[in-house]
Amino acid sequence: MAERTITLEVFRYQPEKEKEPTFQSFTVPFREDWVVLDALNYLKDQIDGSISFRWSCRMGVCGSCGMMVNGTPRLSCAAFLKEYYPGPVRIEPLANFPVERDLIVSLDDFMKKLKAVKPWIIRKEEKPVSEGEYRQSPAELANFKQYSMCINCLLCYAACPVYGIQPDFVGPAALALAHRYNLDTRDEGQELRKEVVFSHEAIWECTFVGECSVVCPKDVDPAGAIQQEKAAGALDLVKSVLMPWGSR
Amino acid sequence: MSYRRPIASNWWMAKPNYLLFMFRELTAVFVWLYLIFYLCQLSQLGKDAGTYTTFLAGRSSLLWMLFHLMALVAAIYHSVTWFNLTPKVIVVRRGEEKIPDGLIVGPHYAGWLGLSLAIIFIALWS
Repeated sequence: MAERTITLEVFRYQPEKEKEPTFQSFTVPFREDWVVLDALNYLKDQIDGSISFRWSCRMGVCGSCGMMVNGTPRLSCAAFLKEYYPGPVRIEPLANFPVERDLIVSLDDFMKKLKAVKPWIIRKEEKPVSEGEYRQSPAELANFKQYSMCINCLLCYAACPVYGIQPDFVGPAALALAHRYNLDTRDEGQELRKEVVFSHEAIWECTFVGECSVVCPKDVDPAGAIQQEKAAGALDLVKSVLMPWGSR
Repeated sequence: MSYRRPIASNWWMAKPNYLLFMFRELTAVFVWLYLIFYLCQLSQLGKDAGTYTTFLAGRSSLLWMLFHLMALVAAIYHSVTWFNLTPKVIVVRRGEEKIPDGLIVGPHYAGWLGLSLAIIFIALWS
């Protein structure tokens, strides 16, 4: 029996050769247990070594192999070829990001926004190590654990039309991580984060399309996080009007 | 040099979820138009009875009834989709577990039904 094959239509952009991107078709073997990333690695190893894409762990943890697969943002290590058989499978770089080369996008904008929301535990005053750890109950952990599962794969940004149209938008993952730290009982940095999080370019830019939560491979639900921050932001505004001398 | 891909003007047709989102946004236009017409109706009410009756007669055409029907459908769609999203905004936990979504959504529908019945009661029997 002849080996089954599947066609990949791959986005190509090689800035030293061409100004505009093109699509190039390749036929690769079809195997039931292959994911799109396996097909791309076969393509790079056996057919065209010039194709560029990011990947690392192959198990949905590192978050580096996100791509548009038939128009939907997916981790290519978690998108089985059999979902798309008999094909063709159209593979493009993550939408809404500038393309550096082939399937590689520039992450600079996201890294800048991620840093701006201060996604780390902030203490007003650190207690000495001799006083022991900052203890937390399982219920307190459950409050934010979902949001800490983010792997920065950026599928949510590729699914967000607001980010596509308005690149100033801080975006789903960065805001979900800000929410994660705001909910953490060990953290005292909400006041420092709010200048960015409660700004127009952050939570108020979100129109609740909700597709970010649909495509998230880790069930983080960034759309929910943003709406909860909107409620917190509205409450903060009311407090600042009613108690202008300071509500804390 | 990096390449920035243009956003298609019909991006909202690319996925069913985008289309439903746009429809939800569009429902606000019907609610806004209904409110404008309702305010016009209230201003007519302040005038003499004849003017108001003539105004009402003008509103009984098939076109107006169609508009009211569409505004009703739009308002119901907007309310239902919003109420169904409320568990994402209001998170209540009992220990480590979130309480079921139904306990958040249910009271919203109950409140909606209660207020609607109260308005119908006032309109019919006042």
